[in-house]
Amino acid sequence: MEGLLFGAAIVAVAIVIGIIYVVVSESAKFFAQVSPIEFVTSTTWTPLFDNPQYGIAPLLTGTFMSTLVALAVAVPLGLLVAIYLSEFAGARTRETIKPTLELLAAVPTVVYGYFALLFVTPLLQSWLRPFGIELPSFNLLSAGLVMGLMIIPYIASLSEDAMRAVPRSMREGSYAMGATRLETAFRVVVPAAISGVVGAVILGMSRAIGETMIVVVAGGQLPQMVTHPAMQGATVTAFIAQVALGDLPFGTLEYNSIFAAGLALLVLTLLFNFVAFWLQRRYREAY
Amino acid sequence: MTATDIERERDITAHPKGLVTRKFKDRAFIVWGIVATIIGLGTLVTLVADLFGDGGHRLTAAFFGSFPSSEAAEAGILSAWVGSILVITTTALFAIPIGMLAGVYLEEYAPKNPLTSAIEIAVNNLAGVPSILFGLMAVGIFVQFLGNPNRWFAFLPESFRNAAADMFGQSILTAGITLSLLILPVIIVATREAVRGVPQEMRQGALAVGATKWQTTQHHVLPYALPGVVTGVIIGISRALGETAPLIMIGGLTFVAFLPITRPGDATFETIGVLDEYGAAVDPMATERVTIPHDGVVVLPDFTEQQVTAGQTLDLPHGSTVQSVATTGDAIASWSPTHWLGSEFTVMPIQMFNWTSRPQAEFLEIAAAAGLVLLAITLLMNGTAIYLRYRLRKAIKW
Repeated sequence: MEGLLFGAAIVAVAIVIGIIYVVVSESAKFFAQVSPIEFVTSTTWTPLFDNPQYGIAPLLTGTFMSTLVALAVAVPLGLLVAIYLSEFAGARTRETIKPTLELLAAVPTVVYGYFALLFVTPLLQSWLRPFGIELPSFNLLSAGLVMGLMIIPYIASLSEDAMRAVPRSMREGSYAMGATRLETAFRVVVPAAISGVVGAVILGMSRAIGETMIVVVAGGQLPQMVTHPAMQGATVTAFIAQVALGDLPFGTLEYNSIFAAGLALLVLTLLFNFVAFWLQRRYREAY
Repeated sequence: MTATDIERERDITAHPKGLVTRKFKDRAFIVWGIVATIIGLGTLVTLVADLFGDGGHRLTAAFFGSFPSSEAAEAGILSAWVGSILVITTTALFAIPIGMLAGVYLEEYAPKNPLTSAIEIAVNNLAGVPSILFGLMAVGIFVQFLGNPNRWFAFLPESFRNAAADMFGQSILTAGITLSLLILPVIIVATREAVRGVPQEMRQGALAVGATKWQTTQHHVLPYALPGVVTGVIIGISRALGETAPLIMIGGLTFVAFLPITRPGDATFETIGVLDEYGAAVDPMATERVTIPHDGVVVLPDFTEQQVTAGQTLDLPHGSTVQSVATTGDAIASWSPTHWLGSEFTVMPIQMFNWTSRPQAEFLEIAAAAGLVLLAITLLMNGTAIYLRYRLRKAIKW
């Protein structure tokens, strides 16, 4: 029986090895034909054109821009909710709001894509028009905004857990010195829970980086250097999906370019996981 | 009076005013917290209202009972919901046992050694890996490697290779396995937490009366952990149900006008010869001798149709298509219980995505309708999980 249980557990390791193996070995075929230096330095990504260019930079700028917008929405809102629930709200309110908010993370992302394309974009277009900004109907701004709403529960829920783990005695000490709840929250609780809060933000960030369907549907699929959010752009994930939706045969250089893009994505996510892990260790305050 | 005394005096008089401001800020923050919460919850309400306004009127019985069509008014989600159920069933068959066993192993059996740490690191990291990377892995392993047994496993017996080629490739089995790998961390983590929550005395009691370790786990730990495990399973399955990206990678089809539970042969669409990217024959003069596999229609390159019957042998120019038309009778007669695993498929999220990416407003309406169905199912499942978790916390006091 123990052998069977072990066999089930080792599947997790097999998946990790499988992902790394496929992505790395197929990328190796790609890099046998395209120089890694071009991949990193070129600013044009046109693998499907007659004169193909393989610079990952446009896809990375797309990914960073949509992630940045998402974090600009989710970090303040998520932390406000977390502090409110942990320090101000009563137990009943917390027990109702927290799970309801978690439903936001359960909505299928393709539904969010629809929402971004057909609700948020028209809304933003009408808001921004008076300021002389013409928002294209595909743009990273609404994709990022909706992505931000999607990751609110990740940030709120995990930060709230971290804040609630701060011992009561620390709050009481602060109250005894005459501090208000707000001062206690910002000067005592948040600093004490900072490793958990940072971990939550990074988790939300890596969700945003890996999100595919919202940007495929609402972001446009035009790989260009993105300088501001009100632009069309392709993210790394959107490009991979776009190629898979077409019917390029497996094994061609064009098809293999998605594995190279996948490698960039894998490195990025593992890097963030690692940074989160390191930050948590570095700034951990154990009580 | 010294300078310090003046300073102190000023501080005391200033204090109440400072206190009022500080208390006001404290209260004001509550407003901000509530506003942020309302933005989150409001999104959910707006989302449902928007979908309902766009597509609510399309939710008719016919919508659930028709295949997709090039006419938005007649299109439905029959192949999509059947496909989703089949894919999810396959997913559950793999993910639930493997996830539960792995969770139990890590919590009850695993020795402290580097291998165990490797498993734990893998589980923790997998939860953060973008789903599209699971899709890339599936393309490499299940579609290309296991789906082309003639290329890689020429040494195996032919019947075995044919069976593998039938089952893997762009099939329901591939989709099910891929999604099960994706939700495995969710189920493992939920199982671990549930098992950890069972008090040590339960185990010691069982072990003291002579139960083996597995008997203890099976009869005493798992039953108490079950509600927690079920919660995790529901959340995992609901996530698999809404996943789109990895299935697009595998090659989930966007237009399926047959049910996978019948043999795909009942409604085939086969093109003769090699076509260029515009769908025209590369060599328009070439012909090919074809034996018609099934009653149906042949469409020649000039779009003239010709009725054909099974067994006929014809010389067809490149660019023709041989199409068979399935009747319900054919479908039932040829039904085979395992064939659906190897069948091509579509699922609800892919169907919705396909309709969303079309420019015509009528298709956007049915996209919204499909989205409503999808949203209703996932929210219902998550709601159930939340309720279970709540009941669990209230009911069990160790």
